Amino acid sequence: MELKEKILSSYVAFENGININSDIHEIRTEALENFEKLGFPTKKLEAWKYTSLNTILKNDYSLFLNKDASVDLADVKKYFIHDIDSYKIVFIDGKYSSFLSATTHDAIDVCLMSVAFTKPKYKVVIENYFNKVAKQDNLTSLNTAFATEGAYIHIPRNVELEKPIQIINFTTGSEAATMVQPRNLIVVEENAHVQIIERHQSLTSNAVLSNVVTEVFADRYATVDYYKIQNDEENACLVDNTFIDQKSNSVVSMHTFSFGGNITRNNLNFYQNGEHIDSILKGITIIEGKQHVDHHTLVHHIEPNCESHQDYKGIFDERSTGVFNGKIIVNKEAQKTNAYQQNNNVLISDKATINAKPQLEIFANDVKCSHGCTIGQLDSDALFYMQQRGIPMKEGKALLMYAFANTVLESVKIPEVKSRITKLIANKLGVNIGFDL
Amino acid sequence: MLKIENLQARIDDKSILKGLNLEVKAGEVHAIMGPNGAGKSTLANIIAGKEDYEVTNGTIELNGEDINELSPEERAHNGVFLSFQYPIEIPGVSVTNFIKTAINETRKARGLEDMPAKDMLKMIREKSELLEIDRKFLSRSLNEGFSGGEKKRNEIFQMAMLEPKLAILDETDSGLDIDALRIVANGVNKLKSKDNAVIVITHYQRLLEYIIPDFVHVLYDGKIVKTGDASLALELEEKGYDWIKKELV
Repeated sequence: MELKEKILSSYVAFENGININSDIHEIRTEALENFEKLGFPTKKLEAWKYTSLNTILKNDYSLFLNKDASVDLADVKKYFIHDIDSYKIVFIDGKYSSFLSATTHDAIDVCLMSVAFTKPKYKVVIENYFNKVAKQDNLTSLNTAFATEGAYIHIPRNVELEKPIQIINFTTGSEAATMVQPRNLIVVEENAHVQIIERHQSLTSNAVLSNVVTEVFADRYATVDYYKIQNDEENACLVDNTFIDQKSNSVVSMHTFSFGGNITRNNLNFYQNGEHIDSILKGITIIEGKQHVDHHTLVHHIEPNCESHQDYKGIFDERSTGVFNGKIIVNKEAQKTNAYQQNNNVLISDKATINAKPQLEIFANDVKCSHGCTIGQLDSDALFYMQQRGIPMKEGKALLMYAFANTVLESVKIPEVKSRITKLIANKLGVNIGFDL
Repeated sequence: MLKIENLQARIDDKSILKGLNLEVKAGEVHAIMGPNGAGKSTLANIIAGKEDYEVTNGTIELNGEDINELSPEERAHNGVFLSFQYPIEIPGVSVTNFIKTAINETRKARGLEDMPAKDMLKMIREKSELLEIDRKFLSRSLNEGFSGGEKKRNEIFQMAMLEPKLAILDETDSGLDIDALRIVANGVNKLKSKDNAVIVITHYQRLLEYIIPDFVHVLYDGKIVKTGDASLALELEEKGYDWIKKELV
């Protein structure tokens, strides 16, 4: 049976396990109908021209894992940023792990969607925010149809959260192929501040497909710093659909670090519903083998006097492939917009590919929009300089790549995250340079 | 220390060095002068092992060993240092971290342990004082946003840290004001010993007022066409190169 058929026919069984009398269920049913109509994306769609899910959709995924898998903290500790005091929301095979988590309801809510969906005190927030900014496309609809679990974060007015929040989704590979669909909702009220680190991690080499949807609402003067660490096993695929709604004077930054996994597709969408908004989208991609990373970004400038800054760096070795599609829409009303987009790529091997496409749709006449895209090789003169100082070729290349990606790294605000990322880069490049590269 | 015989080299199809001979002994300072395009920087790059050039004939020996097949880093590990005319910028890597990496990679290649942090710091302090380098400068990203003079001073700082046997200064004086020139030259002089050697490549005599060469060579059209003592540099400064070209005809 094709995966689509399997998913559709499993819906009845899925309904047996949940409360179908809630308002949410209507949204789910509608989303399922939408998915039924649209199906999985194919390369015929412009937005999926360079990313094919064909092969991975052939796996016979287990959709609902009934076994309660457990993992040892010692085995997974390395996937946390553990040298930092933080809240943690951890899922194993889509189910909440209270053992690995550290949640709170004390003034702020750092907890679970399953709780928010069922408890009356969250009803208003769910009504006002759930599925309100998520686009009704194929994979988002699929996620919505089965949305039951994920991270629920609600930061009330004027709360400046000092501890970051880590959201980690582990898959144990207890089945030959596993599909999970986490659904996160993050509501940050006026003048509140939160830092979030998100990671999806498979613990075996079995196939995993994660279709994640995250909605972020940043109210006036709110600040959100979001970090996604994508460094998964070679048979793990991730489709990350993130939708961010910003109100006036809010600042939201998203850093995406893509170092591993089979196919990684990031659909990152910013909607600026207010004035004096700043949206920051940054990413470092370093891949090899046959890995594929696709960044599809959208920044929609709806009102005047807002800014957006995009800076994506990609390093592609062997037969890896990358996609960068950066779309900026500036509405007619959005005068004085300042939109900046930069995408630089280095191809280490002759066989690596990058498809880069800036897409600017500007309807206002008094705006500043700039974009730049480069594709090149490592600078051989720079490499010679390093070698001349006694630094071997491999280490020299690593230093150059590090320097290349540095404009993205330097805006990471949590030092422990920054040092973790630099270590991941060093490991990835197989070097030990003797300082925190 | 360095013995070059009948060196011929080209880049792409362009022949640049056409049978060059040069011998540099430990304890000596050699200056190489010559008009633009004569092959001075090419010579420096070839000694350092830059792969863009193809050596078609001749030999380069360092302490009796032919180094033509060695990679640039292997030559560096054997004590060759080239001060670049245009040092590169490495954002995100501080001067200190870069030099630590360079020193420890060199030590690793020589079968030594990493230099203890305490010794490293002491050495950095001594050498930065020698070159009148501000401590703040050392935590900046390597060469990023440095002025021309700062870049050159940083090159000589690295040379001081790496303690090479053979240092080649490729137009280290260009872009330096007179104070910086004095500091750099003073640094080079203090690092000089009977066990190492320096090759100074320059267009102008003014650096040679501070770093007194034992030999001055004129490189013209891929060959060394004239060799003299320090007074030759003065003569070149005064009369230019035309008289040498005429002598050759």
